[in-house]
Amino acid sequence: MKDFIEIRWHGRGGQGAKTAALLFGDAALASGKYIQAFPEYGPERMGAPVTSFNRLSSKPISLHSAVTNPDVVVVLDPTLTDTVDVTEGMPEDGIIIINTEKAPEVIRKEMGLPDKMKVYTVDASAISKDTIGREIPNTPMLGALIKATGILDFNEMLKDTRKKLEKKFKSKPDIIEGNIKAIAHAYNEVKS
Amino acid sequence: MAEGNIVAKTGNEAMAEAMRQINPDVVAAYPITPATEVVQIFANFVADGLVDTEFVPVESEHSAMSACIGASAAGGRTMTGTSSQGLALMAEMLFIAAGLRLPIVMADVNRTLSGPLNIHCDHSDTMMVRDAGWIQIFSENAQEAYDNMIQAVRIAETAKLPAMITTDGFIISHGMEGINILDDQEVKKFVGEYKPEHYLLNFDKPLTVGALDLPDYYFEHKRQEIEAMKKAKAIILEVGKEFADKFGRSYELFEKYKLDDAECALIALGSTAGTIKAVVDSLRAEGLKVGLLKLRVFRPFPKDEIRDALKILKAIAVLDRSDAMNANEGPLCLEIKAALFDKCLNKILINYIYGLGGRDIKIAELKNIYSDLFDALNGKKIDSVNYVGVRE
Repeated sequence: MKDFIEIRWHGRGGQGAKTAALLFGDAALASGKYIQAFPEYGPERMGAPVTSFNRLSSKPISLHSAVTNPDVVVVLDPTLTDTVDVTEGMPEDGIIIINTEKAPEVIRKEMGLPDKMKVYTVDASAISKDTIGREIPNTPMLGALIKATGILDFNEMLKDTRKKLEKKFKSKPDIIEGNIKAIAHAYNEVKS
Repeated sequence: MAEGNIVAKTGNEAMAEAMRQINPDVVAAYPITPATEVVQIFANFVADGLVDTEFVPVESEHSAMSACIGASAAGGRTMTGTSSQGLALMAEMLFIAAGLRLPIVMADVNRTLSGPLNIHCDHSDTMMVRDAGWIQIFSENAQEAYDNMIQAVRIAETAKLPAMITTDGFIISHGMEGINILDDQEVKKFVGEYKPEHYLLNFDKPLTVGALDLPDYYFEHKRQEIEAMKKAKAIILEVGKEFADKFGRSYELFEKYKLDDAECALIALGSTAGTIKAVVDSLRAEGLKVGLLKLRVFRPFPKDEIRDALKILKAIAVLDRSDAMNANEGPLCLEIKAALFDKCLNKILINYIYGLGGRDIKIAELKNIYSDLFDALNGKKIDSVNYVGVRE
């Protein structure tokens, strides 16, 4: 990966696109990178299309404009691709990771993605149902993102995310274990 | 690799963390987007017993500032936080806080004023109260917001003037970055204990606060307030220097970024200054002599220092994230122009109004502003006021 990368997360209100960007930013910070994580604030309604963003670099980041040309795009909800141009502003050789049961080649054809684009898919919804007990695809997609990009050390990221979850879900150890399992499953199962 | 005690925090979390470490005697506040989290997080600190603060949840911002005035007059170290309409509702009381010379410290998360109804960033809220007698310090990012909050306590109490620290709404308030957090003890030592000279709860020296001040003395009191604002400049510099000596991050009245040998420069407040730095780096790599003056302290306005810093420049663009609705120029541009006119420094000076209501300012747009300046130097006529990225 290059030294400075920008990531855009697409989800629907309530799916955790913002939380995913914050968790990823936090994990990247723990690995010694300079980071930014921020959501785009529009009308906040359950189910409406939302985006959030990360910037990562080995140098301090002073940019505070919006991310318009992301190197990596993560799509938490496959139905978004019907209504939102999730590849907007991406370079032809960018990386796109989609939560779907379909194979990457099927998605590439359906969405008419360029040959150079690196397409990854993982069934994060099924993984989250199996491991967490309900459909929250955001944490498994963290695992898929790290596998697809190699930006962070997977074990370090897992350790840091566990720490963060332990703070947030002190009284619910099941949720912590479920999320950690979900990330690991997605890391292993993501297809290219 | 980032060094020190670096943690991931949003601008709002950073400001609340500074407030926890400052541990003020009284906080009175009312929630408003995008500043809500500052006081919400602080209220959690109070509930968890992490601070000794008396937290006063009031029913409006007018009451919040009124309670702050009472608490500060009584002798307590007092803080609050707000934004936009909240600051507007406080406006009446802001002048009173300054006139009574009460060193209240406020976090203001810059948001536009309605209408039309909008919750996003521009600087029209703090510009509205620029003449209220408050020290105004802008922050480029979450780190500066944190550092400025800590310095503001010392600045306000030494100057005997209230101070507001601002961040750009959502861009900084809700954006997470890695920031260096100081030890609790270091902050405690830096801000020290507040020992007011005159205060209501000092029964040995009874005092009246807020009495009627008629034409025979009002002017003298205002004159002292004006003088206090003039002297605040030196205080801000001293506190900034002490902060730099102790913690390694340097703060002055403004930051000169690659300005000393520049021909063309931009002047800006807040987070946009960070984006401009990236643009300066990329234009410098092409061999263009460009720079930035990032204004940190808007009140007191460092007129002489700015004039000196701009002396060698040939063309300047002033970026205003608000309009003065004067059918003329933005508030920052007017002050810069006045500073230059004092010594009749003839330069190309162009005003750009941008980012109203949270409109993003893009790298390409900032590059265009620099090319406007070079074009103007080559004799091209550029409008004196321009509106960036707006559909006409």
